[in-house]
Amino acid sequence: MYYRKYRLIIPFLLPALILYGVFVLFPYGRAFYISLTSWRGVSANMPFVGLDNYRRLLTETRFMEALTRNLQLLIVLPLVTITISLLFAALFTQGGKGIRGSSFYRIVFFFPQVISAVIVGMLFTYVYNPQYGLLNGFLRGIGLDSLTRAWLGNPATILWAIAAVAVWSGVGFYMVIFIASMQSIPTSFYEAAVLDGATRWIQFRDITLPLMWETIRTALIYIAIAALDFFTLVQVMTGGGSSGSARKAEVAALYMYNEAFTKSRWGSASAVGVILLILTLFLSVVIMRVTRRETYEY
Amino acid sequence: MSANTTMTPAPIAEPEQLQPQAGGAQQITAVGRGNKGDLALSTVSQVLLSFWAVLVIFPFLWMIMTSFKTNSEILFSPWNLPDTLQWQNFQSAWTDAHIGRYVWNSLVVIAMSLTGTLLVSAMAAYVIARFEFPGNRILFYLFMAGLMFPVFLGLVPLYFLMSDLHIKDTYYGLALVYIAYSLPFTIFFLVGFFKTLPGEVAEAAIVDGASQFQTFFQIMLPMAKPGLIAMGIFNFLGHWNQYLLPLVLMQDESKRMLSQGLGMLAIQQGYQNDYGALFAAMTITMVPTLIVYILFQRRLESGLTAGALKG
Repeated sequence: MYYRKYRLIIPFLLPALILYGVFVLFPYGRAFYISLTSWRGVSANMPFVGLDNYRRLLTETRFMEALTRNLQLLIVLPLVTITISLLFAALFTQGGKGIRGSSFYRIVFFFPQVISAVIVGMLFTYVYNPQYGLLNGFLRGIGLDSLTRAWLGNPATILWAIAAVAVWSGVGFYMVIFIASMQSIPTSFYEAAVLDGATRWIQFRDITLPLMWETIRTALIYIAIAALDFFTLVQVMTGGGSSGSARKAEVAALYMYNEAFTKSRWGSASAVGVILLILTLFLSVVIMRVTRRETYEY
Repeated sequence: MSANTTMTPAPIAEPEQLQPQAGGAQQITAVGRGNKGDLALSTVSQVLLSFWAVLVIFPFLWMIMTSFKTNSEILFSPWNLPDTLQWQNFQSAWTDAHIGRYVWNSLVVIAMSLTGTLLVSAMAAYVIARFEFPGNRILFYLFMAGLMFPVFLGLVPLYFLMSDLHIKDTYYGLALVYIAYSLPFTIFFLVGFFKTLPGEVAEAAIVDGASQFQTFFQIMLPMAKPGLIAMGIFNFLGHWNQYLLPLVLMQDESKRMLSQGLGMLAIQQGYQNDYGALFAAMTITMVPTLIVYILFQRRLESGLTAGALKG
């Protein structure tokens, strides 16, 4: 019996382990070593330089500016996305019964999540176009000409114009998660609260929020990781660019991509990857600690 | 091309559905006149939700509409419907801009990567979920760790690994990488799924003399069909939309994946000004996801959100 069991276990696990080990774990591990070298990819030997790449990156204005943008996104993206999706989820589930047309809204709101970020980025590049774009056209149409601008050509607005697109495409996903979490709260809790004369706001604050806190924490970590890995939208909407005002939207991942695949500075690029990993782990721990509450079993 | 003609009515029909629903809400509130707060709240809700629905639908409708216009129509009357439908935009996107070629490339890779992902994950998840052996938990968490790592960390070594193995710029090489990166989430989901399946049927089969392999392929796998379908849809969309991995690993122009080819087109000289073809290319890329999404919306939603809820 014992022998027969392993005759299944081993061949069933091997393909997954080999693929995962070779294409995921091994590259991740090797990145740490490459980050300690000044390898340019041409020769087989990798000159070991210790922490030089890290020292240079952390004193380089351009990289630190890129990283600062990630940190700004890290604060703004979760805050805005979670607020809007919580609001929508609350509207959907108000009073325990669903709202009219809810399945239609769900299908629509979720849709941007399944569309390639490349399409979304290209589409919004045209929405933001200063001359014929939809946004400026709309502003002119309602008489707000003074607000029109080159959204992606203006250093002050470029990063936030791109971040708005990330919010736009993410809201539906988190809304669906929040709705599921809200619907698992027993309606008897609300009925009791109503008898006690609690207003909708108090019900939301004292029942809904505490009972779905675990889900909100998870969402926070998801969005925080996404903010650190922010890449495709920026690359597509700035034309891959690191020139002119496009530089004002450069984030760490884009910096790393150009460092590696246009400048062949593999050591330095790998160091950026390691910094991103450390930040990801650090943030997850911080978010878990800061948002720790008593969890309620129900 | 025929896929396009059949698909366009679907998104256009959506905003029309909005109207009767908004009207319906008013009827309901008129009945429940007793509670003024309810009426105000449900009106505000409908206004807010309709506003966001328009905000989501409108750009896509505009994109599809724009893909049928001439360049000068796009530049000088962006809000108007096309005078005549410019089908040649699709023609030039498909052949001159090589979108047809990229669609084919994507389908070849996804045929391999999707089959591989489901088979390899199902086998591993089955063993992890239903057999006791030393290291079982460690193995599970080892796979889960892959969900936390930023993809960018492994990118440089992966690029060199693929060249060293001489599988960079090959369809099956990219498919192997897709499989490897899809394993953590797919295994996570399927482990949960296999745990919920009843064990009696499998035990009965073993008692009747079926081998462990037969039991898996003929009994457990068919029972796990709903889970496999959910992960199939999830991974289809993920692989179809994948941009970063092919950007790094498929540098041979004739082997580009669709999302990658589309992205390159956007920054390529010469296509930057052929707006009609660009919008047609975007529409072609979106249509398969739209079809899959509309057909499988429920299953997809449960699959995508499962991880977040259990996490």
